[in-house]
Amino acid sequence: MSDRISRQDLAARIAADIPEGSYVNLGIGAPTLVANYLPADLEIILHTENGMLGMGEAPEEGRVDPDLINAGKQAITALPGAAYFHHADSFAMMRGGHLDVCVLGAFQVAANGDLANWSTGAPGAIPAIGGAMDLAIGAKSVYVMTDLLTKQGESKLVDACSYPLTGVGCVSRVYTDHAIFDVTSDGFAVTEAFGANTVASLAELTGLVLIDATGGSTAAPTTAEEN
Amino acid sequence: MIDKTVPSIEEAVAGIPDGATVMIGGFGRAGQPVELIDALIEQGAGDLTIVNNNAGNGDTGLAALLAKRRVRKIVCSFPRQSDSWVFDGLYREGAIELELVPQGNLAERIRAAGAGVGAFYSPTAVGTELAEGRETRVIDGRTYLLEFPIRADFALISALKGDRFGNLVFRETARNFGPIMATAAATTIVQVDEIVPLGSLDPESVVTPGIFVDRVVAVGERRWLQGGEFVGGVDIEGRPLDENASRSNSGLVPPLRQPMERSAGREPNSAVGNTKEDAR
Repeated sequence: MSDRISRQDLAARIAADIPEGSYVNLGIGAPTLVANYLPADLEIILHTENGMLGMGEAPEEGRVDPDLINAGKQAITALPGAAYFHHADSFAMMRGGHLDVCVLGAFQVAANGDLANWSTGAPGAIPAIGGAMDLAIGAKSVYVMTDLLTKQGESKLVDACSYPLTGVGCVSRVYTDHAIFDVTSDGFAVTEAFGANTVASLAELTGLVLIDATGGSTAAPTTAEEN
Repeated sequence: MIDKTVPSIEEAVAGIPDGATVMIGGFGRAGQPVELIDALIEQGAGDLTIVNNNAGNGDTGLAALLAKRRVRKIVCSFPRQSDSWVFDGLYREGAIELELVPQGNLAERIRAAGAGVGAFYSPTAVGTELAEGRETRVIDGRTYLLEFPIRADFALISALKGDRFGNLVFRETARNFGPIMATAAATTIVQVDEIVPLGSLDPESVVTPGIFVDRVVAVGERRWLQGGEFVGGVDIEGRPLDENASRSNSGLVPPLRQPMERSAGREPNSAVGNTKEDAR
């Protein structure tokens, strides 16, 4: 049994947790995949921070409209019931707590919910922040979608972020290719482990103390849950 | 009679001095007032401070202004993009100053300037390196960061239609920063596809009321519209998909706009004197 699920399966897993009627912002990059798995018969309204609610899928060839783009500057379409608005209104929707869910990528998430996803702090890099800091603190639920490990095998879940922060204590849940983690006042709690993963194996991979909140769905006695 | 329309793009950008702070609308290419920027390049003002969400795309519009080294400083949220090579080069060379502002704070700071708000507290960026050394305040248990307004001497924005009072409507997500920048500049200059007769914009649908607008210039209909209807046939940068069409004119890059009769947008004001604009 594999210990990782595909990015597509992860997107589908996130989509399954988004209830009908939600207003949702999907961050640039992998989180946009989630849109492909939202059931067509549920009314879930996508927000794009450049100024639209009711974002639809990419247009067909020849129907690209340069005036109609998403935050990733890709061509999109408008669904029935869509609305356009200016940037201050768009960010009021976030900052004002009106969005239900946003899904973001991450370089690191700390056990207290701190998020680092805008800069690795590398010298000479050109900084660019966009709407990441606003999104991080804006939605009622902030979900992170990420691989658990970097390409070098380091855990993206950490005790404290070493990269520059995007937001403090803002992440509610982390969906990774290995497992789903809730951020709790006592640290990360594993709510679902994929494939062969167990809370113990995840604790080993991340080097963190993890709470077992799987409800026994993974039969995984662990030495890490003591704390 | 109030008439904010100006007959030419050159007159639209007249009087922008060296050292001015200029807001430029647009998010990436959408809503970027390319014709006004080109006119500003021609006009020659330099040592500018530019406020925009990005720092130019490709080699046209804002990127072209940067390439001419007319910009001393840029205030933006997201300078680095796949096609921001002009800015990237200048930045690495130390030839341009960057003030990085989170996008929502950028928008709200512009809005605050236009609304006469002296400053405001925002939760965005609290606890990050962008907050270092800055004033914070705890309100109802939450920490906020003090943010000051961003105002400008001039704003250059793009809208779909305007009338001689300066009332504006926009198109889709090309609206983005236009309405707030219009409020925050001492002089707001707008390029529109078409100047329409007074009274023909539905007052319920006006997005930017003319009080915020100083000059309106018609630049012709965008390539992907025909008579106001979306016809497509372009890529995301507005270039025709039809290879033959894009190479027809001696290999020159085709303009984004369809040619218009110079006065087509202005004449109706005087030519339709007995329409509802005067039925007061």
